[in-house]
Amino acid sequence: MSETLATPPQTNEADGRAPLARPEIVLHGIRERPSGWLAWLTTTDHKRIGLMYLFATFIFFILGGVEALLIRLQLAWSNNTLIDGTTYNGLVALHGTTMVFLFVVPILAGFGNYLVPLMIGARDMAFPKLNALSFWLLLFGGIAFYVSLFFEPPAAGWTSYAPLSDDAYLPGTGIDSWIILIHLTGLSSLVGAINFVATIHNMRARGMGFGRMPLFVWTILIYSYLLILALPSVAAAVTMLLTDRNFGTGFFDVTRGGDPVLWQHLFWFFGHPEVYIMVLPAMGMISEILPVFARKPIFGYKAIAASTAAIGFLSMLVWAHHMFTTPTATVVLAFFMLSSFVIAVPTGIKIFNWIATLWAGSITFATPLLYAVGFVGLFVIGGISGVMMAIFPVDWQLHDTYFIVAHLHYVLFGGSVFGIFAGLYYWYPKMSGRMYSEALGKLSFWVMFVGFNLTFLVQHSAGLSGMPRRIYYYPESAGWEGYNIASTIGSYLLGIGVLITAYNLVRNLKKGRRAGNDPWHANTLEWFTQSPPPENNFDVVPRIRSVEPMKDIRREVAERTGRPAGSIAQPVA
Amino acid sequence: MPRGSLLRAIAVGVVLSVIGVVIALAIDWFPVQASTAAEDIDLLWDVLLIVSVPIFILVMAVAVYSVVRFRVRPGDTGDGEPIHGNTRLEVVWVAIPFVIVALLSVYGWIVLDDIEAKDPQAMVVNVTGQQFAWRFQYPQAGGPPIESNDLVLPLGRQVEFNIRASDVIHSFWVPAFRMKQDAVPGIVTATRVTPTKAGSFPLVCAELCGIGHSTMRQTVRVVPEGQFTAWVGRQRQGLAGAPGDELAAGRELFRQQGCAGCHTLAEAGAQAATGPPLDGLTEVAEKRNPRQSLEEYIRDSIVAPKALVVRGYSPEGMPANYGERLSEQEIDTLVRYLASASASSTGDPPR
Ligand code: HEC
Ligand SMILES: [Cu+2]
Repeated sequence: MSETLATPPQTNEADGRAPLARPEIVLHGIRERPSGWLAWLTTTDHKRIGLMYLFATFIFFILGGVEALLIRLQLAWSNNTLIDGTTYNGLVALHGTTMVFLFVVPILAGFGNYLVPLMIGARDMAFPKLNALSFWLLLFGGIAFYVSLFFEPPAAGWTSYAPLSDDAYLPGTGIDSWIILIHLTGLSSLVGAINFVATIHNMRARGMGFGRMPLFVWTILIYSYLLILALPSVAAAVTMLLTDRNFGTGFFDVTRGGDPVLWQHLFWFFGHPEVYIMVLPAMGMISEILPVFARKPIFGYKAIAASTAAIGFLSMLVWAHHMFTTPTATVVLAFFMLSSFVIAVPTGIKIFNWIATLWAGSITFATPLLYAVGFVGLFVIGGISGVMMAIFPVDWQLHDTYFIVAHLHYVLFGGSVFGIFAGLYYWYPKMSGRMYSEALGKLSFWVMFVGFNLTFLVQHSAGLSGMPRRIYYYPESAGWEGYNIASTIGSYLLGIGVLITAYNLVRNLKKGRRAGNDPWHANTLEWFTQSPPPENNFDVVPRIRSVEPMKDIRREVAERTGRPAGSIAQPVA
Repeated sequence: MPRGSLLRAIAVGVVLSVIGVVIALAIDWFPVQASTAAEDIDLLWDVLLIVSVPIFILVMAVAVYSVVRFRVRPGDTGDGEPIHGNTRLEVVWVAIPFVIVALLSVYGWIVLDDIEAKDPQAMVVNVTGQQFAWRFQYPQAGGPPIESNDLVLPLGRQVEFNIRASDVIHSFWVPAFRMKQDAVPGIVTATRVTPTKAGSFPLVCAELCGIGHSTMRQTVRVVPEGQFTAWVGRQRQGLAGAPGDELAAGRELFRQQGCAGCHTLAEAGAQAATGPPLDGLTEVAEKRNPRQSLEEYIRDSIVAPKALVVRGYSPEGMPANYGERLSEQEIDTLVRYLASASASSTGDPPR
């Protein structure tokens, strides 16, 4: 044991005896810190938890990717009999569920975990133990779900629409394990969200008002509020499904007075905010990355922060645009058409502001910037096709076709995942202390970019010409073979691109050049500390005077020393 | 201040937009137009392309231009211009998308109103979706309704589809009509279509409804009014006479119950591959279970499919509840039909 902290001697006034030294922390009260892998299992350090999140979710990403590639293989040719219908439906449900619940949402939580305390100058999250609980709930949710592979995977898509998901039609245990996954990962997200809210509201550095909070932290705050508001709805829905399946209730069963449409409302009341839950933090990363590589302040900080909040609010009001072909009164459809249109406005604001940030900048072509610009382009496509589908007479043709498969991948892969990759490359030096290989990073981007567009651009056409989603086979006469072959080739390219990144990041953990504290000359506080940061993050936290504290510090150092500050180390005690 | 460059980027964007719109309009995105609604919706789609292609291209032109034009020169360590924002610009680019979406929603509403217009002369067709087939019922004034597994529609007359589902959710979709409506158990939904083109068009299930979802494809035949009346007449006669045609009744059941969605059987024109092919079942049954007669084997396969699962196929593949769904008599009909149809398994599928 190395340290004992003692309070200054106090006089015990009551009985007037000599002052007693009362240690604040007693020696035997400090437990030996475990080391090695046990240190990881028992950690409550937000950075370690963040890294475990990133690692675990990336594994799930690879699993979901393999499932996607099998799906693409089956669809490559007409009348293909490689994979039978049962397996295929299982793959579809596994792929969608994995990507949403085990990859995109939790990897963003991982970034939030790692970065939020660093960015706001805190030493940890508000509730470190709850933070560990979030991670373990996620991991066990994922395991409970994947165990179903050994029995029978769920087979009703990631949306598990009732009554197909009821025990009358899918009696196996797959749907039950899906329900458990939703509960465990939902609880994980909920606990995590409460932790983020408490941390962001209470633990910001001196001087960091809401108007000086990094935009990524803004998006994590809104992400957390959305999770808190949306998750109870899906938790209720899956609980009802669980009792319908196992205990004889009939919430979604018409023959017992239930209503299958109820499932859709409850699911999408969660499901649409979920879409923004998956994309807002990625947008936050882009808002951090663009100004750094354009060497220019973010254009319209307030507008971007406000639009994040506006999107969060509006995203609670658009759920039924997933249900335009479900029997519904036309006025209701009209309301959801309008609300879906309105949400395009704050999204547009973000895009314009990002481009204005690039304009007249001094742009460095590093990998994070490539991914960030790729994000903007692909997200615009996904946004536009989203507006098209909000017009419900058009949606009657497009709903449940490959057009929507294309749209959702432009938003979630072109958007969120490209954003996540931008973030991975951008913060890799901070997390590992090493630089990745720029050449491999760029190669990975271009392979992914070409592969992505080859996969999904043609799917718009397949959908428009009548290809429904979630089919495992189609007759030759349908005429979709060309699109599907292209799409399959693209998907394998995309897979290769992802693997290049995985290789790049793993290899350079040891081999990479040392990064130093602040390789990018960035703006936010996480670059003030060492890479990787010490366990307590900061010994001193500077007073925050603007949205770009690091720029202020660099300026001050330059003024004081008379030469430009390169990478400034924080004073280490 | 690179104002001149902005103008240049926009000029490039405008030129590319015009080219983009021309290409987008030239591409034939949809299947043939076969209903009045299709014309409206395709026009709406074209308008959407005209609006959105330039937005995309302009935004990307400025983005790509700035990335290329403002890339840092080697050795330059200076910062970019420290502009933090511009309120007037923010207001402008809030207003522009707002106006665009407002106009689009008004237009969308007008199109909708046009599609939904009701014609009092409309003919009613009841549609039922079930795993994995569509069934149709034509109510007849002063008589029992006509039941059919084929959807035949008269050209130019508005049809009101009343859509139901008997098990899970399906989605009734005729791409050529540009209409899609979910069939939800417990709910009857009405939609209207006026066919404008004679011919056969695919009818598809668009909502994942189980293992046979992919095979839930049928055709809609749109025929001139005269042919339609003749077809109705024939169906009526079929109802009145010839109840003894076992083979036809079996074939009907085979298609109606979705067997055709999973199996290949030449006699019924079925060509699906989720389950094993049923042509040549006579020899196969012998091999699978030598102690059963062909009839017994078929009956067991239908009523208790899990008792003997064919190698290479999933035990969940064949729905296990036909024993409850079908009456004793229907099962008999099916068994006799399969026994004879699979033996005489060559020749063209009957129309
Ligand atoms: C959802 C797809 C599906 C539907 C619908 C379906 N089957 Fe099957 N059927 C299968 C599969 C898969 C198998 C093989 C697995 C098994 O033996 O249980 C099978 C097996 C059979 C067999 C045994 C074949 C052999 O080679 O031994 C018969 C007979 C049969 N089905 C008849 C029918 C009839 C009659 C119907 C309609 C009432 C029907 N099936 C509906 C999927 C289906
Ligand atoms: Cu169906």
